[in-house]
Amino acid sequence: MNALTETLGQKLGRAGGVNLLPLVVAAVAFVLIGAPSSWVTLTVAGLAMGMMLFLMASGLSLVFGLMDVLNFGHSAFVSFGAFISATVLAGLGGWLTADSWVLNSLALAAAYLAAICFGLVAGWFFETVIIKPVYRDHLRQILITIGAMIVAEQTILAFWGGTPLSVARPNFLEGSWIIGDVSIEIYRAFAFALGAVVFIMLYLVLNRTRIGLLIRAGVENREMVEALGFRVDRLFVGVFMLGSALAALGGAMWAGYETLITPALGGQLMIVVFIVVIIGGLGSIEGTLLGAILVGLMTNYIGFLAPKLALASNMILMVAILLWRPNGLRPAVK
Amino acid sequence: MTLLSIRNMKTDIGQYAVLHDISFDVPEGGVFVLLGRNGAGKTTTLRSIMGLWKPSPGSVLFKGEDITSHHTADIARKGIAYVPENMGIFGTLTVDENLILATTSGRFDPARLARIHALFPALEQFRDKQAWSLSGGQKQMLSVARAIIEPRALILIDEPTKGLAPSIVDAMAGAFREIAQTTTILLVEQNFTFARSLGRDMAVIDDGRVAHSGSMEDFAADTALQDRLLSLSA
Amino acid sequence: MTTQIATQNTGTYLIKGIVLIIAALLLFAPFLFQDVRSLEVAARICIFIVLVASFDLLIGYTGIVSFAHTMFFGFGAYGAAILLKEMGPGWTPVILGGLAGVAVSLVFAVAIGLLSLRVKAIFFAMITLAAASVVLVLASQLSQITGGEDGITYRGPDLFKTATKLVTDDDGKVVRLWGVRLNGKLAAYYFVFFTSLILFLAMLRFVGSPFGTVLKAIRENEARAEAIGYRVVAYRTAVFCLSAVVASLAGTVYAVWLKYTGPATTLSFAIMIDILLMVVIGGMGTMWGAVIGAVLMILAQYYLRDLMGVASEAVAAVPILPELLAPDRWLFWLGIIFILLVYFFPKGIAGTAMSGGAKQ
Repeated sequence: MNALTETLGQKLGRAGGVNLLPLVVAAVAFVLIGAPSSWVTLTVAGLAMGMMLFLMASGLSLVFGLMDVLNFGHSAFVSFGAFISATVLAGLGGWLTADSWVLNSLALAAAYLAAICFGLVAGWFFETVIIKPVYRDHLRQILITIGAMIVAEQTILAFWGGTPLSVARPNFLEGSWIIGDVSIEIYRAFAFALGAVVFIMLYLVLNRTRIGLLIRAGVENREMVEALGFRVDRLFVGVFMLGSALAALGGAMWAGYETLITPALGGQLMIVVFIVVIIGGLGSIEGTLLGAILVGLMTNYIGFLAPKLALASNMILMVAILLWRPNGLRPAVK
Repeated sequence: MTLLSIRNMKTDIGQYAVLHDISFDVPEGGVFVLLGRNGAGKTTTLRSIMGLWKPSPGSVLFKGEDITSHHTADIARKGIAYVPENMGIFGTLTVDENLILATTSGRFDPARLARIHALFPALEQFRDKQAWSLSGGQKQMLSVARAIIEPRALILIDEPTKGLAPSIVDAMAGAFREIAQTTTILLVEQNFTFARSLGRDMAVIDDGRVAHSGSMEDFAADTALQDRLLSLSA
Repeated sequence: MTTQIATQNTGTYLIKGIVLIIAALLLFAPFLFQDVRSLEVAARICIFIVLVASFDLLIGYTGIVSFAHTMFFGFGAYGAAILLKEMGPGWTPVILGGLAGVAVSLVFAVAIGLLSLRVKAIFFAMITLAAASVVLVLASQLSQITGGEDGITYRGPDLFKTATKLVTDDDGKVVRLWGVRLNGKLAAYYFVFFTSLILFLAMLRFVGSPFGTVLKAIRENEARAEAIGYRVVAYRTAVFCLSAVVASLAGTVYAVWLKYTGPATTLSFAIMIDILLMVVIGGMGTMWGAVIGAVLMILAQYYLRDLMGVASEAVAAVPILPELLAPDRWLFWLGIIFILLVYFFPKGIAGTAMSGGAKQ
C-alpha cells in the first residue's frame, strides 16, 4: 500500500506535482457543478481573477523574499491603481465609446499607464520614506505599514468620497463571445491574457537576466549577495517599485472587472492576497501564480455552489495547505 | 608588506559584546590562520572585516585604506572575498549561475574558469545542476571557487574543513596551497593539523581578544602554549 | 546615573498617578458626569482598557501582532447576545454565553497558534488577519443566528433595567444620591467597572508573575531564551490563549452593557485598528499604557470630531483641506500620528515617560 502511494507520488511529481492542484480543483468542480457551460464560464472567471490576484500578490511575495519585509500597506497600491485608472477612463470617456478599437485601447493603455506610473512613484516613496527606517524590525514594520494603509485609505476617501464609483469599460471589451451554449466574457479573457503576458515577462526577467539572477540569489541569501559585491538595498528599491506598479495595474484591471468600486476594495482584496501568498509560499512568483489561480478558481466555484462560503473556503484551503506544507506550496528557498 | 590591519576592534551583537579588543596584521601573500576555541569570536572577526557586523570602536585597514564603516558590497568590490562557515551557496541556482553571479561583468574569464575546473573537477561535471543537490564537499568547493572566479587580493575563509571527509580535506589543502600563491588567505580553522600544514603566520583569539600572534612555526613547536590556548579543558 | 534613576522614578510615578486618577474618575463617573453620553463613554473606556491591555499581553510581551483580537472580543459578545436573545433576560444566558465565547476563543487561539507560530512569526499576522475577516464575513452572512449586518438587540438581566429601583424611599420612589438615581443603569455601570477592574488587576498580577518574567526574557532575546530551554512556541501560544480569553470576557461584558451586538460594535476591522492605535499610543509592554491609550483615543473619538468639524468649516475656501479636516477623516490624522509615534516614540506615552526619554 505504502509502495503504491509512493510510486503514485513520484509519478505525480514528474507530471508537475503541486502544479496540478488547479486541475484537480477544476475536475472536482466539473463533477459537482454538472453543467459544462456554467463550468466553463466559472473557470474563465476564476482564471481571470487568479491572474489579477497574481499581479497584486507578486510584488508582496518578492519584497518579502528579498528583504524579509512584509508590507501591510500593499493594498493601498491596489486601491489607488483602481481609482486612478477609473478617473483616467472617465476623463477619456469620448475615446472609450468611440467606434474605433484604436481609440478604445489608447484610453485603456493611458489608464493602465497612469496606474503603473503612480505605482512606481508611490512605491519609491513608500520604500525610502516609510519602510527603510524599520528594516529588520518586524513589529514596527507591521505597525508602520498599517499606519500607512490607514492614511492611504483615508486619502482615497478624501479625494474620491465614499460612494461607489462606476468604471467605464472600453467598447471592444464589452460583451461576450458565445460558443454553442457557452458564453465567455471578453473582459475576463482579456484580463487573463494580460496577466499571463505579465507573468511570462516576469518569469523571463527573473530567469534569463542578470538582474533576475541577483534577485533570485538575494531571496535565498541576501547577505551572501552583498558579500559578493552587490548592493541588495538598491536592488530592493527597484523590486519594491516594480511590485507596487504591478499591484496598481492589478487594481486597475480589477476596477474594470468589477465595474463598481469603493475605497474598501483594497482592504477586502488584501485578505485574499495574503491567502494567495501564504498558499503559494513567499518569495517565488511561480508559487504566487499557483496560489492565485487556486484561490481564483475556488472563489468562483464555491461562489456558485455555496455562495455564503466563498471567503471561508479560501480560509479552509489555506489551513489545509499549511497543515500539509507549512511553508506553502512552492516557497523560494529549499 | 601589510595587506590587512585590524586595530582595536570591538564588536557588539545586539546587547552582547562578542569582540573586546582585536588587533592583528595580515601580511600580503600566503595563508594567515586564526585559531581559537568555539565561541572565541573568530567568525565574528571575519564578519566584522566584511562589514556584516559593524565594529565600534576600532578600525579595519585594507591596503592602508580605512574600510571600517563601508558597506559590505563596497568592501567586496575592493577585492575581499568571503567564504562563510555555512558556505553561502545559492541552492536554487545552478553551479554555473553561482559562479557567474560572483563575477563583476557577468561573464566568465575562460582561463580562470578552466583553472577552477582543474582544481575542482566536480564543478565542471555538475555545472548545470542546482547547487542544493551537491554534496557537502562539493558545496564547499563551489563556495571557494566563487571566491577565486575573479582576481582578489584577500579571501576570508571560515572553517572550510568542518564536516568534510579526510580525502576531501586533503584536496582542499592542495587547492588552498595553489590559491595562496597568488592571493592572500585569512583562514579560520579548528582543525589544527590542517591549519598547521598551510599557515605561515597565525593569531589565536580567546574570549574576544587576541591571546597570541606570531609565526606558525613557533606556535607549532610550543605545545604548552597550544594546550593553554586551544584545549577544551582550559 | 543617579539622575537617570530619579527621572525614571518620576516618570513611573507620574504614569501610575495618572492611571490612579483615571481609575478614580471612572469609579465616580456616574456622579461626576451626569449625562447619558458621558456614562456611555466611561463604560466604553472601562471595557477598552481591558481589551487593549489583553492585546498588550500579546504585542507588548511577546512582540507578535495579531489581527484577530476583535474576533475573540466578538466571540464573547455574540455568545452572550445569542443566548440572551434565545433564552430571554437573566444571568444564566450571560454566564453560559460568556463560557461559550471563552471556549470558542480557546479553540481558535490554540489552532491558530499551533498552525502559524510554529512556522514563522510573520505568518501569524497574516493568518490572524485572514481568520478575523472570515469570521466577520460569516457573522454578517449567517443572519439566522447572528442577525447579520443588523446585529442582535436583546434585554440584559433585570437588575440592569433602567426601571429597576436599587434603593427606594418611603414613597416607593428611587432614591437619589448627589442627584443620581440609584437605578439599574447605575448597577449596570458598576458591573462593567468592577469586572473590568478585576480583569485588569488579574493581568497586572500575571505580568508580574514568573510566567511574565519568562515572556520578557523571550521578548528581549528569543534565540537565547530558546537556548536556555524555554519552549518559545508553547509560551507564545499560551499567552495568545490567555489574551483571547480576556478579550472574550470583555466582549461578554460589553454585550451586557450595550444590549446590542453587531459586527460594527465588536468584529469590525475599524475596532481592530483602534486597539492597535491605543496600545501603540499608550505604550506597548507596560499595561499602564493600555489605560492611557484607551482613554485618550476614546475621548478623541467622542470629542475631537466635533472640533474637526469646526476646523473644516473654517478652511472651507481651501481646496481638499476641508475634506481632510472633515470629522470623518479623523483617522487620516491618527494614521499620521501613529506612524510618527512608531518612528520616534516606539514605546508610546507610558513607555517613554517611564524610561525617562524618547530613546534609551
